[in-house]
Amino acid sequence: MAATQEEIVAGLADIVNEIAGIPVEDVQLDKSFTDDLDVDSLSMVEVVVAAEERFDVKIPDEDVKNLKTVGDATDYILKHQG
Amino acid sequence: MSPTNRTVVVTGIGATTPLGGDAASTWEGLIAGKSGVKPLEQDWAADQAVRIAAPVAVEPTEVIPRPQARRLDRSAQFALIAAQEAWKDAGFEAKAGEDPNVDPDRLGAVVASGIGGVTTLLDQYDVLKEKGVRRVSPHTVPMLMPNGPSANVGLLVGARAGVHTPVSACASGAEAIGYAIEMIRTGRADVVVAGGTEAAIHPLPIAAFGNMMAMSKNNDDPQGASRPYDVARDGFVLGEGAGVIVLESAEHAAKRGARVYAEAVGQGISADAHDIVQPEPEGRGISQALQNLLDRNDLDPAEIVHVNAHATSTPAGDIAELKALRKVFGDDADHMAVSATKSMTGHLLGGAGGVETVATVLALYHRVAPPTINVENLDPEAEANADVIRGEARKLPVEGRIAALNDSFGFGGHNVVLAFRSV
Repeated sequence: MAATQEEIVAGLADIVNEIAGIPVEDVQLDKSFTDDLDVDSLSMVEVVVAAEERFDVKIPDEDVKNLKTVGDATDYILKHQG
Repeated sequence: MSPTNRTVVVTGIGATTPLGGDAASTWEGLIAGKSGVKPLEQDWAADQAVRIAAPVAVEPTEVIPRPQARRLDRSAQFALIAAQEAWKDAGFEAKAGEDPNVDPDRLGAVVASGIGGVTTLLDQYDVLKEKGVRRVSPHTVPMLMPNGPSANVGLLVGARAGVHTPVSACASGAEAIGYAIEMIRTGRADVVVAGGTEAAIHPLPIAAFGNMMAMSKNNDDPQGASRPYDVARDGFVLGEGAGVIVLESAEHAAKRGARVYAEAVGQGISADAHDIVQPEPEGRGISQALQNLLDRNDLDPAEIVHVNAHATSTPAGDIAELKALRKVFGDDADHMAVSATKSMTGHLLGGAGGVETVATVLALYHRVAPPTINVENLDPEAEANADVIRGEARKLPVEGRIAALNDSFGFGGHNVVLAFRSV
């Protein structure tokens, strides 16, 4: 069953917490991965791979650069999840 | 003194070792004659011929926050812990520049390891095989590169004068400290954070060293397995950890009123050109390194009262070193109390020179030398050539200037001898 927007944000919050140590409550739709959440370019690759696995979605490298905020990633996953 | 031959001093020390999570607890363990060797209880150990090792006393993940730790190879974690301690111990409050007492352009870092990020390399290969290409960590390259620990320490303190990683197997840590001394002596830097680190307790290195017949297989007596100079010694015990010091020009240290542990007198270096792994049995290359130390530095054999030996507990290597000491120093070797601290810490490979420099500097500072433990029957060839401290720590002369050596030798025939002196 496809994940809801709320479930995706919660899932991304877990992933960002694991990788960057940011408290889950700080991971919100308007937050930028690099500017607000301490996720640098290498860690972003980890976030993407973890999200692919968790939400059964493929996020090609060329699309990763468009995922600036948690909201961007959530929309992408909502649209492309299997 | 001329600007190209400046006096260098040690102003900070740090360590994380099988005996303790910092320099103070490590020193306490060394002086008490404690062994850090334990049985290996991991599942993979069951198949190994060698089932003992000396793991760090404090897991690095108890000290370093998880998000930072997961991007660092274990060897870099050790190096950062030891460097952080040494940096604070030297009296610096923040990284260079933020702390006005040190100029980043005049600060270096030289931290070495013998093998590099070997657990990262092997673990990520397991990920590749089991889970596929996409799952290989994007942090793998900066984690496995052998200059990773030095680069991370450089970032920690803000070093811009140069960050280096000499690699010479088990002499790496000592070579790093020697390189750092030269950076300051010749005027390239005023302060250098230097040392060695290693994290290689993993089934592959243990299988490989075991198959070389280099390691002790005394699995039934872990704490008695590392026994340099004992007739029953049968190889080294693998240890892990790091030792890091802050070196500084005497002038720079005096200007900021820093506490000085010891003078870093200098180094003697040579290569055996004999065999890729076997030591030259008469210690010819070691003798040459000791002679170079005397020829190139202001050091009188009469003042040397202590040697922290390389002595790993292998049948050939332990004796070759003592023969070299006798050959070069003659009767002066009689007043050099020899300690093999690997009897307690195991052999930290590239970390050994760092940890043993910390031990050597503290021996001069406290004027007491750690013992060699587990010597039940002293090898007659050791007895004939040296005064081995056995069983209990020994007080060093309380008056006057005293000096001590730290020897490190590595596969490949690398010989590095460092000299320190009380202040």
